[in-house]
Amino acid sequence: MQRRQLLGTVAGLTAAGVAGLGAGRDAVAQSGTLRIASVGPMTGQYAAFGAQLRAGAEQAVIDLNAAGGVLGQQLALEIGDDACDPRQAVSVANQMASRQVKLIAGHFCSGSSIPASKVYAEEGVLQISPASTNPQYTDAGGWNTFRTCGRDDQQGKVAGAYIAKTFAGKKVAILHDNSAYGKGLADETKKSLNAAGTTETVYAAYTPGERDYSALVSRLKSSGVEIIYVGGYHTEAGLILRQAKEQGMPVTLIGGDALVTNEFWQIAGAAGEGTLMTFASDPRKRPSAAEVVARFRAKNVDPEGYVLYTYAAVQIWADAAKKANSTDPEKVSETLKSGGPWNSVLGPISFDSKGDVTVPDYVFYVWKNGSYGEV
Amino acid sequence: MAYALQQLINGVSLGMIYGLIAIGYTMVYGIIGMINFAHGDIFMIGAFLSLIGLLLITSGGLLDGPGAIVLVLALSMAFTALYGWTVERLAYRPLRGSFRLAPLISAIGMSIVLQNYVQVSQGARVKPIEPVVQGGFTIMQEGTFAVQLSTMQILIILTTLVILAIFTWLVTRTRLGRAMRACEQDRKMASLLGIDTDRTISITFVIGAALAAVAGTMYLLRYGVIDFYIGFLVGVKAFTAAVLGGIGSLPGAVLGGLLIGLIETFWSAYFSVQYKDVAAFSILILTLVFMPTGLLGRAEVEKV
Repeated sequence: MQRRQLLGTVAGLTAAGVAGLGAGRDAVAQSGTLRIASVGPMTGQYAAFGAQLRAGAEQAVIDLNAAGGVLGQQLALEIGDDACDPRQAVSVANQMASRQVKLIAGHFCSGSSIPASKVYAEEGVLQISPASTNPQYTDAGGWNTFRTCGRDDQQGKVAGAYIAKTFAGKKVAILHDNSAYGKGLADETKKSLNAAGTTETVYAAYTPGERDYSALVSRLKSSGVEIIYVGGYHTEAGLILRQAKEQGMPVTLIGGDALVTNEFWQIAGAAGEGTLMTFASDPRKRPSAAEVVARFRAKNVDPEGYVLYTYAAVQIWADAAKKANSTDPEKVSETLKSGGPWNSVLGPISFDSKGDVTVPDYVFYVWKNGSYGEV
Repeated sequence: MAYALQQLINGVSLGMIYGLIAIGYTMVYGIIGMINFAHGDIFMIGAFLSLIGLLLITSGGLLDGPGAIVLVLALSMAFTALYGWTVERLAYRPLRGSFRLAPLISAIGMSIVLQNYVQVSQGARVKPIEPVVQGGFTIMQEGTFAVQLSTMQILIILTTLVILAIFTWLVTRTRLGRAMRACEQDRKMASLLGIDTDRTISITFVIGAALAAVAGTMYLLRYGVIDFYIGFLVGVKAFTAAVLGGIGSLPGAVLGGLLIGLIETFWSAYFSVQYKDVAAFSILILTLVFMPTGLLGRAEVEKV
């Protein structure tokens, strides 16, 4: 009896859930809205960044709808979860394409964006990534790929030159997590570091998702490494740093743009003091962003990291669609490349023929007392 | 020399955690001949419960220092044991008379249920804590290289040894242990002789879960970052450890855990960090080719 009741409840809940989903879908279809989507790691290790993408896209859609929508149509936002897993990214991409989404403001991880962009290219969906910095993403030559962030070759160039100059004569280790983003960034940094005359002491890959990096840390310690450059995400970077300090290593960790989340500090704790990272000059402080930042703050959301980059992706797409007087992705793509500069929360942005931002700017940030600021 | 010693310390403290979880796999296999695939997730539940306990105790400001850790450990063991009991009661006992693969599949189902349950109730983001147990000793100095032994590593090694001693005593010297071993040898015969086999099996799950909770607490305190997915990777490693040591054998599980920890660490130390898992699993394959029952497994147990 008890079991039957339980089964009944489960069945009831499932039915209600399915009905709820159906209702939501119909509502969207009826009002004739334009669908756009943001896809990123909403669950898993990098969910902190997924939340940034979601926050940026949601606010942009609210603001655009309040101003009358795009070409007279209201926007409806869909959120996709790729968990930074390339396979899941492809299946989410197919799902989004089948729902006739006009724009993807995502994905986050380069490893997801690259395979997903191929699906979008075939299915006629425009993709503007706010965060995928691997050069391959736009170099592959898809008609539909854009990004509002910079590229790893630009980022690595800045990082390598800075390390060679600021930490001349110190022993440097370069680590990466074998992801498209991490390895790409580590290799670009290595190239520019070597060009500046410094050779790294250790170059190694680690497995992301683990917690114990003490063997790796001891290895770095025995090589006398003083600077660790990590091409990878904040969880692993934070753990490596924490375990290095535990083993009494006086190291400085340097990373890329994947460290710009408060979660890095929560993981690394006090060991994170003095950690350096490359990121574009703080978009929150630009005059173009003041009004939008105030709106985020009013909602108690800190527009950190990629929030404004995602906002800009949606905003620029809307402007381009208005200018092209069409939401046809190919037309919007042409307009995006030829019609710039676009005024966005990030300031004026122009795209080159590949879809990259023409004037990216990477500067160094430092973590101090739980927050980061420009060096 | 100093370098090898440091890596030995790293490897032993990692291997101890694997060993603690491996005991849970090996005990359940010993008694009902089933791989409890949900065990890695029981470990994850243990880690989350100790996180909740730690936050409650330290934010309440009731206790601090060693007292708090003991209390967190006790709370986490008690509640995780409850989870272990419930899992057995819900997913495995109704299938006791069924064909062999049925509980195996429901174990995989249980693993998915537990993962999603924690993901929904606790959120998908990683949960970091500030380091709780800090400090350590420099036990050797060679040139500029200092061998560090942290308080946390000592704590892990001591706790594992003490807990292991208690449970070995429990299984080999007590009435309950005798009942467990009787069920292991022949469940039907044991029940004919008046042993409550269902109760004995439940207790086995409870003990396994309590040990996983110890591992979860140590893991949380040592690494400070947990999420709903940690049970998978650690579970696979611990399962490997149980098989390497000889599944069904208690000392074998700990030996297997230590070996996996040491192989991973020393491979990272002297060869490539990237291929440490390949090394660990290759050694597992080699061992099984030459010793199909694992290092300390007994050949006469015909369960497969």
